[in-house]
Amino acid sequence: MKFGIVRFPGSCDEVDAQLACARVGEAVILWHGDRDLQGVDAVVVPGGFSYGDYLRVGAIARFAPVMGEVAEFARAGGLVLGICNGFQVLCEAGLLPGALLPNTSLRFIFRQVELEVAESGTPFTRACPPGRRLSIPTKHTTGRFYAPEPELRRLEATGQVLLRYAPGHNPNGSLRDIAGVSNEGGNVFGLMPHPEHAVDPLTGSTDGLSIFESIRDTVADRVAA
Amino acid sequence: MRARVLVKPKAGILDPQGQAVERALPALGFSGVRNVHVGRLVELDVDDPERLPEMCERLLTNPLIEDYEIVEVAAAATGSVA
Repeated sequence: MKFGIVRFPGSCDEVDAQLACARVGEAVILWHGDRDLQGVDAVVVPGGFSYGDYLRVGAIARFAPVMGEVAEFARAGGLVLGICNGFQVLCEAGLLPGALLPNTSLRFIFRQVELEVAESGTPFTRACPPGRRLSIPTKHTTGRFYAPEPELRRLEATGQVLLRYAPGHNPNGSLRDIAGVSNEGGNVFGLMPHPEHAVDPLTGSTDGLSIFESIRDTVADRVAA
Repeated sequence: MRARVLVKPKAGILDPQGQAVERALPALGFSGVRNVHVGRLVELDVDDPERLPEMCERLLTNPLIEDYEIVEVAAAATGSVA
């Protein structure tokens, strides 16, 4: 299968994302100004500071030419993963519910966190080891997940909350300890922690790999169907 | 026309920046201050002020987390474009 990783001016984690994807498939970089997804099977919107995030995180990047294609791809059921700034971009683009606000501490936070898989068996979590926490690094200033109360209840009822910070690990004040949510269709997923930085024993944890393996397995099933 | 768009966190959403300011003021002897919120000011000259709400909804604010108020100031400061 082929992953496409979007590169905006100001992206900084696209190479790590590409290397992570390359462990489970082929991985190409998609330039923000191109309206061509190069026939990829899944899209990753990576971390960084797209267009400098000068106005509000993710607010400018959602208008990038490539994002029109990504939205079209998502509408057709294609798998889209947004990591950190990518999560913020997808929220601003309306492809994911909620918004990301400044951390309660107002500080940049860079630490390893433990995550609980709240929904297993989804296109993005099916390869996660059952009943085990994921240890994945997080690094951001604007990662406090927010959605209005009725929306939070709806997200929980429909199984769209895929990842939560384990008790005591919520670094940013996210409501209901939410670390990652999907859209209603289940084919778009965003999370603040960085699974692409946790794929090699050299950096302490390989737990992030299971997110990319999940995508690979989902695409393989679709091809077989 | 010159306009100001005042953007602030939506009521009820935790505003740590406002809280930080609220905690700092008494240290300087300013007592009796409550409900501090810190937002953003966007000042702009526009040919068609009727389009301002749309600009606010689509780019200047995120309506899910921010409220805005449009204040018309005066004639554009820059004059006409040649």
